[in-house]
Amino acid sequence: MSTASEQPNYNYKVVKYFAIMTVVWGIVGMSVGVLIASQLVWPELNFDTPYLTFSRLRPLHTNAVIFAFGGCALFATSYYVVQRTCQTRIFSDSLAMFTFWGWQAMIVAAAITLPLGLTSSKEYAELEWPIDIWITVVWVAYAIVFFGTIAKRSQPHIYVANWFFGAFILTIAVLHIFNSLAIPVTMFKSYSIYAGTIDAMVQWWYGHNAVGFFLTAGFLGIMYYFVPKQAERPVYSYRLSIVHFWALISIYVWAGAHHLHYSALPDWAQSAGMVMSLILLAPSWGGMINGMMTLSGAWHKLRTDPILRFLVVSLSFYGMSTFEGPMMAIKTVNALSHNTDWTVGHVHSGALGWVAMVSIGAIYNLLPVVLGKKQGDMYSTNLINIHFWLATIGTVLYIVAMWVNGIMQGLMWRAVNTDGTLTYSFVESLEASYPGYFVRVIGGALFLAGMLLMAYNVYKTVRSASDEQANLAQA
Amino acid sequence: MDINDVRGLGTIFALIAFIGIIAWAYSSSRKSRFDDDADMIFKDETIAQRSAKAEQER
Repeated sequence: MSTASEQPNYNYKVVKYFAIMTVVWGIVGMSVGVLIASQLVWPELNFDTPYLTFSRLRPLHTNAVIFAFGGCALFATSYYVVQRTCQTRIFSDSLAMFTFWGWQAMIVAAAITLPLGLTSSKEYAELEWPIDIWITVVWVAYAIVFFGTIAKRSQPHIYVANWFFGAFILTIAVLHIFNSLAIPVTMFKSYSIYAGTIDAMVQWWYGHNAVGFFLTAGFLGIMYYFVPKQAERPVYSYRLSIVHFWALISIYVWAGAHHLHYSALPDWAQSAGMVMSLILLAPSWGGMINGMMTLSGAWHKLRTDPILRFLVVSLSFYGMSTFEGPMMAIKTVNALSHNTDWTVGHVHSGALGWVAMVSIGAIYNLLPVVLGKKQGDMYSTNLINIHFWLATIGTVLYIVAMWVNGIMQGLMWRAVNTDGTLTYSFVESLEASYPGYFVRVIGGALFLAGMLLMAYNVYKTVRSASDEQANLAQA
Repeated sequence: MDINDVRGLGTIFALIAFIGIIAWAYSSSRKSRFDDDADMIFKDETIAQRSAKAEQER
């Protein structure tokens, strides 16, 4: 095809690889999640081996779902969206492929080192220093590929989704490098260069912005492309999307201190974190409303299109958890919620309801396209529909169980008798939490079952695409 | 002028920047331009189909 090569076309191969690994790592990460949730109900499920204890598998779960599942979804969608909206081929095919294999190597390294107990013990940044350096190398390559593609765009305007992806890539680079600064003492052990309260503040500046930029800005990039694309109508207000972008990225970076309420962090810093968290409600809901209103006049499509339903329900969960977040950041509310399962429920209403569901919707939209079919043309729409209901019911069971547990734990821990002694021991609050833990296992298992259906659907779609190719070759 | 004056000025600067962004985004002279920008995700179907075809022929 000599004529085709003169006109621009897109690199779909790297998108396809990342899209398929999104499903694979989703299943791996969520399986570990269901296992550790089960351990909280049946502790003997750690089989008395150190490699399977909750303390080692919990970081494996968070790393797998955030960086492996979520990361692959972000690579797949950002490479797809940046090419399609810039109407140019990706900056470098080989460098893009390097980011694929480099990212998979990082995930495998995490899956080996974390069960071995090799950890820097920083939440969501547990990986030891050699892996941290490797992440930096891959991330710089990612930035070169992404911004290189933007630089060679054939369109004058940079579509809003790319602004969100760009902010996510830049900010994660800064966060990762500064939070991971450490002095290595051996090949697998290092100590943070920060000490005490400053270490805690740097950690939660990183930790909250991992939520704000990895799990929010990046996925808002997905939202701004795939919701209008699947609804087949432009975003509700492009002008609002511009205000949304600048307001969100400039406020998010200040909110991390709410993770350290009632700690050794100075009071003024806690209060500043609380106020910035409250302000954050405005841009969060601005973006959520912008996505939702894109469907105005096309709500009937939700009846027949389960992919659109995934995308729109993800926005509902986004709206819910970004209301809940600022509320929990209020110090008086936090006095009740801190260190309880409420926090775990809040994270999962964002992680399952928003991040996972918007990613699933986007993968269902783009995978058929990169296989040479129409958008959303998966092997079975019916299976997508069942997946949607499993995911929704699973998420709701999970977060309701954790709300009940969290508020109950908070109330039990603060209850005092008339003589000033505590009414309940800690173990009594733990015993009272068992029913909620059991419901959580069911919710998580339903969500995982939906992912298995997705894997089957993806497998059949890829198979039918390659069968068509074989038929074409024979003809 | 101590460091707290600089902090105060920083807040005022952020407010002015925010109002400026809103004024820029919502000025009526840019309406049609942003409407076109919102539509750009629907404008590359020929390249997308060509890429899909190239993918199948590989």
